[in-house]
Amino acid sequence: MADGAASRSDVILDVSGLKTVFRTRGGEVHAVNDVSFDLRPGELLGVVGESGSGKSVTMMSLLGLLPQPPAEIRAGTVMFGGQDLLKTPDRDLRHIRGARIGFVFQDPMTSLNPVFTVGYQLREPLRKHMGLRNKAAQDRACELLELVGIPDARRRLSDYPHQFSGGMRQRVMIAIALACDPQILIADEPTTALDVTIQAQILDLMAELRERLKMAVIWITHDLGVIAGIADRVLVMYGGQIVEQAPVHELFTEPKHPYTQALLTTIPHIRGARADKLTVIEGQPPILSAAPAACSFAARCPVAFARCQQENPPRFAVAPDHDAACFLLTEEPAHA
Amino acid sequence: MLTFTIRRLLTAVPTLLFISLVIFLLLELAPGDPMAQVPLTVPPEVKQRMREALGLGEPVPVRFYKWLVQMFWIEPKVFIDWMTRDSWLLGWLPDTALYSGEQRVISWQTRSPVMDIIVQRLPQTLWVVGMAYVIGVLIALPIGIISAYRQYSVFDQVGTFVSMIGFSIPPFFSGVVVIVIFSVQLGWFPSIYDTTHRVVDWETFKVQISQMVMPVMVLALQTTAQISRFMRASMLDNLGQDYVRTARAKGMRERTVVLIHVLRNSMIPVVTVIALGVPSIFGGAIITEQIFKVNGIGQLFITALKANDLPMVLTVAFIFAFLIVLFNLIADVLYGVLDPRIRYD
Repeated sequence: MADGAASRSDVILDVSGLKTVFRTRGGEVHAVNDVSFDLRPGELLGVVGESGSGKSVTMMSLLGLLPQPPAEIRAGTVMFGGQDLLKTPDRDLRHIRGARIGFVFQDPMTSLNPVFTVGYQLREPLRKHMGLRNKAAQDRACELLELVGIPDARRRLSDYPHQFSGGMRQRVMIAIALACDPQILIADEPTTALDVTIQAQILDLMAELRERLKMAVIWITHDLGVIAGIADRVLVMYGGQIVEQAPVHELFTEPKHPYTQALLTTIPHIRGARADKLTVIEGQPPILSAAPAACSFAARCPVAFARCQQENPPRFAVAPDHDAACFLLTEEPAHA
Repeated sequence: MLTFTIRRLLTAVPTLLFISLVIFLLLELAPGDPMAQVPLTVPPEVKQRMREALGLGEPVPVRFYKWLVQMFWIEPKVFIDWMTRDSWLLGWLPDTALYSGEQRVISWQTRSPVMDIIVQRLPQTLWVVGMAYVIGVLIALPIGIISAYRQYSVFDQVGTFVSMIGFSIPPFFSGVVVIVIFSVQLGWFPSIYDTTHRVVDWETFKVQISQMVMPVMVLALQTTAQISRFMRASMLDNLGQDYVRTARAKGMRERTVVLIHVLRNSMIPVVTVIALGVPSIFGGAIITEQIFKVNGIGQLFITALKANDLPMVLTVAFIFAFLIVLFNLIADVLYGVLDPRIRYD
């Protein structure tokens, strides 16, 4: 137990000061800048942000899933189960990946190995982490497919991924992630590649599984509608930083950060007068060639003032579990 | 798959017949006289009678038909007889005795059956060329895998450089270079392959190895260069795939990720290239066999061409064509076996 935050019994994952940099030929890209957050047992933490805001890179950094090089984790601690995952050698991390922390990725079409049967890919973690062999592994694999709602599970174990539809493949991915009863499931845009009806099915399935298995979920998405439906608490990311953290209801009713406010105005409404044009946030997201010295949203911010160009705002607490990185909220910093 | 294989085997028959017709007609167009090497003291009318005795007086369709019958009916009978009489594989079966002295395909040069000569020459080619191919592939696969996994490392750079050499220097040059270095300068290996050498004990085995080293090295360099490049490219394609990340996220060991998940996918195109390369290595060996004086199939082909021995040239060329068709089929079947997404039926 390195510090007070990690020893709190109501936190199962405590990330603080995470910095991830990619070294490329064109120089460095600071993809994740001083990201801190925690995850509580059984909660569903939503992470939203536009493409390139560092959502996925943050989650992949936690478990050493980024290829190093080009990626390099410069600073931070990731406390999980009493150890710092960033200081854990890869040999030991492998016993956590897939066993205690499960991953579901964006594109189910390419995330399964095309030349092995679904059963084989499902049995792999069972064999490695739970030591299940032959019949026992087969039974557990079958049970998992049934859990994620795949009919005729026993027969389908011997099918190859291309014999499944997109939604079914994502169910298989979820089954693999759940294979060893993880405490945390990290879902990286799991419904983005699916069409809307399938998306709804997967969301229902996740809600149900979460209830049954009592695990914490980190759900990465750029779809605010999805977040509104399932999350307990939300992190808004911009330019590799967390700009706002809030319980889901508060985020939609009382957004504090100008970026969050702008994001919410971009959601098209079904009712009311039909808008001629969709609302957009003017400007481009920043290119992170250096660690931000000013507020990364300042260039696009409608309410930016002098101080925003000079220093990078820390996160100021506004309510329990609610903070935002904006100088407009000049109370004391939440994460000092 | 079985239906596909049978269908492909059946379509191979007209293909091969057509190929043999084309080779036959091309050789018909070629200038030259099988009597050219007969001494000038032999009177022209005697030479003419000799030509007729070889069947050259007959019209082209008749001669082609006769070759077909000899090649596809009489020679298989001889082969089956040999299998059931002398081979260790089926020698326990009763002798079938199908062949009863019909005319076989005869070499104009030596007057002995073409297939008998080919069977005599085959072991040398298989030993040298086949061994070179196997060694080349066995070296190439790990090189390709490591080069891709450690892309741009020193190992990869050296591998790329050696592959470039192997690709760009043809065997007729590298062959002479290794002879100059290892036979002439260092005197380690004999420059001429002794076909009559028999392996009976450890000493003769060492001699056999030492005379095989150079031709195998030259041929294997070429094979290694090509296959390792294919393997590297294929591995690189797959290492960046999403399923690799999935395998890592499942907590698989790096060795499992690379040697099971990535390798299995990467082998699909490489196996095809390896299978298709088998017949071409026989073609490539024509030159190498000449350089190292290995009297295998390639050397037989060249001497037959020089001597206008048309039945021999036709038969050997046909065997090359047959191997190409056969290994194309093997490549397709392997592709279907390795990649579950491919279904031929």
